[in-house]
Amino acid sequence: MNESMGNEEGRRLTVFLVDDHAMFRAGVRAELGAHVDVVGEASSVAEAVSKIAATGPDVVLLDVHMPDGGGRAVLDAMRRTHPQVRFLALSVSDAAEDVIGLIRAGARGYVTKTISPEELAAAIRRVADGDAVFSPRLAGFVLDAFASRPDVPVADPELDQLTNREREVLRLLARGYAYKEIAKELFISIKTVETHVSNVLRKLQMSNRYELSRWAADRRLV
Amino acid sequence: MTIGVHDRGGTISTAANLPTRRLYRPRDRRIIAGVAAGLAEHLGLPLLAVRIALVVLLGFSGLGLLLYAAFWAVLPQQIPTGQTPTRRDFGALLPFGAIGLGVVLLQTLLFRDSVAGTVGWLIAVVAVGAGIIWHQSDPTRRGQWGDTLPQTPWLAAVVAESDRRSFLFRFIGGGVLVATGIIGVVAVYAPTGNLTSVLNGVIFAVVGLLGVGVVAAPLLWRMFNQLRTEREGRIREQERAELAAMIHDQVLHTLALIQRNSADIKEVQRLARGQERSLRNWLYKPTASDTERFAAALEQAAAEVEDTYAITVETVVVGDTECDERVAALVAAAREALVNAARHAGVQTVSLYAEVEADELSVFVRDRGAGFDLSGVEDSRHGVRGSIIGRMKRHGGRAAIRSAPGEGTEVRLTLPTARDSMTAGKETAR
Repeated sequence: MNESMGNEEGRRLTVFLVDDHAMFRAGVRAELGAHVDVVGEASSVAEAVSKIAATGPDVVLLDVHMPDGGGRAVLDAMRRTHPQVRFLALSVSDAAEDVIGLIRAGARGYVTKTISPEELAAAIRRVADGDAVFSPRLAGFVLDAFASRPDVPVADPELDQLTNREREVLRLLARGYAYKEIAKELFISIKTVETHVSNVLRKLQMSNRYELSRWAADRRLV
Repeated sequence: MTIGVHDRGGTISTAANLPTRRLYRPRDRRIIAGVAAGLAEHLGLPLLAVRIALVVLLGFSGLGLLLYAAFWAVLPQQIPTGQTPTRRDFGALLPFGAIGLGVVLLQTLLFRDSVAGTVGWLIAVVAVGAGIIWHQSDPTRRGQWGDTLPQTPWLAAVVAESDRRSFLFRFIGGGVLVATGIIGVVAVYAPTGNLTSVLNGVIFAVVGLLGVGVVAAPLLWRMFNQLRTEREGRIREQERAELAAMIHDQVLHTLALIQRNSADIKEVQRLARGQERSLRNWLYKPTASDTERFAAALEQAAAEVEDTYAITVETVVVGDTECDERVAALVAAAREALVNAARHAGVQTVSLYAEVEADELSVFVRDRGAGFDLSGVEDSRHGVRGSIIGRMKRHGGRAAIRSAPGEGTEVRLTLPTARDSMTAGKETAR
């Protein structure tokens, strides 16, 4: 995936960091410096909302757990007024309710904080391009949530079910395959893989499946 | 016998914290309220002797009954040990009742018209009534009321508790006993024992009782409130202590180890990863036994490999099922594949993905490491042949390995499910 990073569009991406841990922000800033421009950082929800509006970055790296409502509050405040800003959730938590809650609030991807700098840069690039980023665990959650259960009626087949291809792509993601490897495995182009994942993201955000709303509702904010 | 004193604060009593011989009423050997059993246990006397002694003491102006009532009122009930107490056997009361009756008869025959004897009896009746009422306001019961009825006034507790009927019954019964006893005493000492004065006595007694109730109610209510806040404080304190203990035992320990091993990057990673895993489990997951559930067993295997080989295993499990012998074999094969990846691939991260489907379980173990030439497997990698392929075959499953030098390795294990071991949710899926 390394070749997909860097200066595809002839300019460096602008990234904004939202995290209440200064040490973590400094670490990410240092790691990403080679790949993107970090144009600002914030440690609280209010600070993030005002500074993101002022700087207008391509991508916001958003911590899930913060005081005053966490990443969810930032998303709720920014989504309507700044639809061009893309959000990538970044968290130490692997809990389903955190992940699904953020995605449904509008984040275009989710990665854990243990991700390598190169992978994080690739994820930022992907989100900036309008695609989605799924960690293996998120792919697993989605497969779990969309597992067809006979007792649950499907209200909207277009939104509430995954196609076989989408399922295959998610399985490979969960098995640790990169997009390029998935494309090779399924004999499709990387662009097609990205389309499948974006479709899954849309379903994840729009579907009213019980499991999804339950996870989103259960979401705890620490 | 030794009785483990179970500290209500939640700390486990250690061997050094040996049981003090506290006097209490055991729940498991009681006929009426367990007073005799408690006394027998405390004094080291045979239970039967204590019971007979109490019954015989009845003869001395009802001293036995008086003693019993007093002990009943004062002794705390044994703290529930978790097992349900054996039901009271009222049949066992019969012989003692008979003995008691005999003693009383004998006494009345011997000392006819003894005023002192009658008064003693009446006082005993009063004591039993008071004991019953007092018993109802046992601290543990008060605590229960406080929990279930945080706002209602004290008297509402009487009619809102789940066993309110028995409570009311006992409360009124106790009250009636007390009243009867008092009236009796008054009647005995009254110079002219006519009916109207007795009736007046009854009315006075009832009014008196009501008055006492009204006066005592706010006081009691305040006491319950106090008890409740104390209890809440204790729970908070307990939670804090648990958290502190966990941090102390695990996190601080790990941090100390990391400082000591700071030169050894692999060791530091192993420590940090292990600590992360245990904290995560503690925070987010109810721990399932790794011998019962497939997902828990896999996660346990992955954790062991992480700890042993200082690598990261990215575990994703979709769905879950019960663990039987075949599933355990699948987990063992997966573990072997993880170990191989950890030892030979030369990478930091291995992906483990498992999915429970209606007709089969599949496990994928994948690394982006060195890879190897499959044609060389037969001779040099016995672990693959015996522990993975052979094991899967023996249990009706399959193992497929895909690898090439420089392109990493993926081991794919599949096991057709036995229908009956599936979880309900996935039974007819897809």
